[in-house]
Amino acid sequence: MSEPILQVEGLRVGFDHPQGLVQAVDNVSFALAPGERFGLAGESGSGKSTLALAILRMIKPPGWIASGEVWLAGRRLADLDENGIRALRLADIALVPQGSMNSLNPVLRIGRQIADAFVDHGLHLGRGEEARRIAALLTEVGLSEGVARMYPHELSGGMKQRACIAIAISLRPKVIIADEPTSALDVVVQRQVMATLARVQQDLGAAVILIGHDMGLMAQFVDRLGVMYAGRLVEVAPIAEMISKPRHPYTRALIAALPSLERRGTLAGIPGLAPLLRELPLGCPFHPRCAHATNRCHIEKPMVRDIAGAQVACHLA
Amino acid sequence: MVALIEAIDVSKRFAGGLRREGTLALAGLSLAIDAEKPSIIAVVGESGSGKTTLARLLLGFAEPSGGEIRYRGADLRALDRDGRRAFRHDVQAVFQDPYGVYNPFYRVDHLLATPLRRFRLAGSRAEAREVISGALRAVGLQPEEILGRFPHQLSGGQRQRVMVARALLLKPKLIVADEPVSMVDASLRATILGSLRKLTDEHGISILYITHDLATAYQISDSILVLYRAHLAEAGAVEQVVADPQHPYTQLLVSAIPRAKAARDWLEQEEAAGPNGVTPSAAGCCFAERCPVAMPACAAAPPGLYRTAPRRAVACLQYQDHPVLSRGDPGEVLSLG
Repeated sequence: MSEPILQVEGLRVGFDHPQGLVQAVDNVSFALAPGERFGLAGESGSGKSTLALAILRMIKPPGWIASGEVWLAGRRLADLDENGIRALRLADIALVPQGSMNSLNPVLRIGRQIADAFVDHGLHLGRGEEARRIAALLTEVGLSEGVARMYPHELSGGMKQRACIAIAISLRPKVIIADEPTSALDVVVQRQVMATLARVQQDLGAAVILIGHDMGLMAQFVDRLGVMYAGRLVEVAPIAEMISKPRHPYTRALIAALPSLERRGTLAGIPGLAPLLRELPLGCPFHPRCAHATNRCHIEKPMVRDIAGAQVACHLA
Repeated sequence: MVALIEAIDVSKRFAGGLRREGTLALAGLSLAIDAEKPSIIAVVGESGSGKTTLARLLLGFAEPSGGEIRYRGADLRALDRDGRRAFRHDVQAVFQDPYGVYNPFYRVDHLLATPLRRFRLAGSRAEAREVISGALRAVGLQPEEILGRFPHQLSGGQRQRVMVARALLLKPKLIVADEPVSMVDASLRATILGSLRKLTDEHGISILYITHDLATAYQISDSILVLYRAHLAEAGAVEQVVADPQHPYTQLLVSAIPRAKAARDWLEQEEAAGPNGVTPSAAGCCFAERCPVAMPACAAAPPGLYRTAPRRAVACLQYQDHPVLSRGDPGEVLSLG
């Protein structure tokens, strides 16, 4: 692998809770190659979105980053002060947050909201140059230039999501983090938006982290997938291998929970419930829901091991 | 066949404020739900396709602008007090949001005991508790873990199953479930849909399963209606419609679902789609502007509903050699059960 564009090492995020400490992200490490599409999958509450916020140092109290390092293009983010990290957000690493299409300001035109990004990052463009850049961005995400003069309520869900992607790429970032960018959209529109994201990502040569729980979407979009469970990355592997040969029982369950269009009556859930992070079971956090759990799984927490190009945290893999 | 509920050429138009023509939410749809043969009927479509409007019309929450809804042969609007009471007993609803439907100040028991009291289904408190416990067990919940709790103490999946149990309490003939799993996690989806399937197979209750998710519809339902912008696009047995979709919109819907398989052709298919050169018109087929096989005739007049197989209807001009179904008479094609 070439020099990673983003490297995350031993990242931990804790939250203060009246009933004790909650470890929302627990010792997560991974690296992203330039231009790579990396997926983060898992149930709600598994720590995917918290991990994204932690990478951008956007965790707010009662949460805090307990330990760990993030490097972006060789720069250690911990060395930056608050102004430094503000300058880096959007410009170098952009986040399309969950539900972002509903976070557009309803009383500002789309063009104004894109221009905000330039202004906030100290780009003082002339009015003509600004309009030209906004038009180019809208064209890049498949919207017409006229959208710049429209308000969010005049756009459909898919168009709003594209406008959010336009804002995310406005400063040509090296990494785009997209947190469930299509969860509120219909399948047909979802494919249009994902095709747009794939195209702009290739044009920019940016790496993408796609957060979601749809293994079908992951299978069709990402190059490599990380599966999160209870705040930990329990399996990381190239996507083809993950789909054809999942090693962690939780990954297998996630794939099996995807409703098939080939055989009816095969819908399977994942037994049990995701554990409460403040009351994690001893040993492997997945063992109460795992059909193959042994005595060892009840007492010893599995460490992440390298197995033929994949990383797996399971005693049985 | 005895129809429990029939929709006869129902349409719904919402008055449009300043826009005088209003919004057409549902256009001339007919279907019949069998009273004797319980089954799961899926209604699939994107947002704005009219699927929730259909649910609200069948539940009697909204009145059709045209056509009529019949309950055991009688117009829903003309039911007397007893008829209305029987209808409210026979037809139950489960809604999308398992968070919004609960009053946070009441224990879950209140929500379950109210219908029993209203319909005088239990003679004593002990009997009421027995009936409630039975309904909770039928949806895979342990009564001791649920009763006495407040809504905030239950997970989303538990709450939604309590809603299914509440519907089950009255031993209805039909449950209209509007997006019952779109707000619960993928891992719990199967459990809730499984308990719906069990209601049909073991308790003889028909279910109208309204969803935007074709894949879960395929998994649990027997027949399916595909709606597109207020119009019925295609209807039939679910295996046939999903394995061999005939309407171009259904074909698009099936191909747009990302699959967990090795072949990565999902995004490429998107790039292949482009404008088709047909100028859409309000008079023509509502799908013409997006349709890959549209002909000039598609923009001229709306397609009829063609019977392409004994139990299958498709609203597309490609099939105009097949017999046309009358809009007002569901006949046996749209008699679902």
